[in-house]
Amino acid sequence: MALVDGFTKGLERMPGGSVILTSMDALADWARGQSLWAMPMGTACCAMELIACSFSRFDFDRLGTFPRPDPRHVDVMILAGTITKKMQPAVKRLYEQMPDPKYVVAMGNCTVSGGIFYYDSYSVVRGADTFLPVDVYIAGCPPRPEALQDGVLRLRELIHTRSLDEERSYERELTLPGPDTPRAGTTDACRGHLLSSPGPDGEDG
Amino acid sequence: MSDLSAIPVPVPADAGSSLEVLREALCSVHPDLCPLFSIEFADSVLMVSRAQLHATAAKLKELGFERFGFVTAVDFGDDFELVYRLQSTRFGVGMSLKTEVPRDEPAIETITDLWPAATWHEREVYDLMGIEFIGHPDLRRILLPDDWVGHPLRKDYHDDDVIPRPDYI
Repeated sequence: MALVDGFTKGLERMPGGSVILTSMDALADWARGQSLWAMPMGTACCAMELIACSFSRFDFDRLGTFPRPDPRHVDVMILAGTITKKMQPAVKRLYEQMPDPKYVVAMGNCTVSGGIFYYDSYSVVRGADTFLPVDVYIAGCPPRPEALQDGVLRLRELIHTRSLDEERSYERELTLPGPDTPRAGTTDACRGHLLSSPGPDGEDG
Repeated sequence: MSDLSAIPVPVPADAGSSLEVLREALCSVHPDLCPLFSIEFADSVLMVSRAQLHATAAKLKELGFERFGFVTAVDFGDDFELVYRLQSTRFGVGMSLKTEVPRDEPAIETITDLWPAATWHEREVYDLMGIEFIGHPDLRRILLPDDWVGHPLRKDYHDDDVIPRPDYI
């Protein structure tokens, strides 16, 4: 990344360089987020949902994401399942074999925090972020495949808003939808529908 | 040894009577094992001493318990109870072969020479309960990292890294 940093700094000093940089930067980030090949790091039961994601019912491939069982081919490592203390060195080693830029999605409560194994367990690591830089957290035990797909879409937005030049990131965050932006499915119209629909005691159930 | 396959095994009417068939066969071939045999909760149990476990396992294998299910251990405080689960297609029943090893000397003879399938099971018992199997070909940890200290399934195991669950429920 040092080469990229030096390149951007040098380009900015040239006349008209910052215009080129901004558009190149936006293009590079847009391209980088479109096809996130995933490393399916399925260590426990969340892997079932991860596998379901790749098949035709949920069809991960339409988002440009599909599993590659080789760390050198992938952009994002999807950690699905409990990470034990014996598995931790293997996970870290596979992460280190991935080429930059690389991202980590923590899927499921065990990977987020240790989950139900937080207390009284001698063998479970309490969260992947104790040893890896996690970009997106997905809660659930296990999360639905839709939640994982939503997590990957949020990671894509994170990549779009994060600039190569870190000082410029805030401009992109103001103009582009980021991971914190409300989703299209949770507009006011949708919320109004939820509020007006009958609750558990209603006729429709 | 005599040809035990010549012993007729009557076809049992139900699961309960197959245990009685097994009792009769065991008592006629090995009368010394007969008082150690019992039927508990519709299952057969043979409780032997630590010294005679390997010989008993060999006798049971010859009697018709050709399949080894698993071996596990229970921590009762002063001693550990080892449970060997054997299965027989000849009698159509399973059997729990049990023995006790003292806590201050947790060691027993291996049965991997009779059933090679027991290799990993004995490694697991060694890993988590700390019982040594004398004569095992490759006795090292199987589930935990090699540099682990202690045996976690023992009741007196202590680990500073474990966070006890708070009493809020």
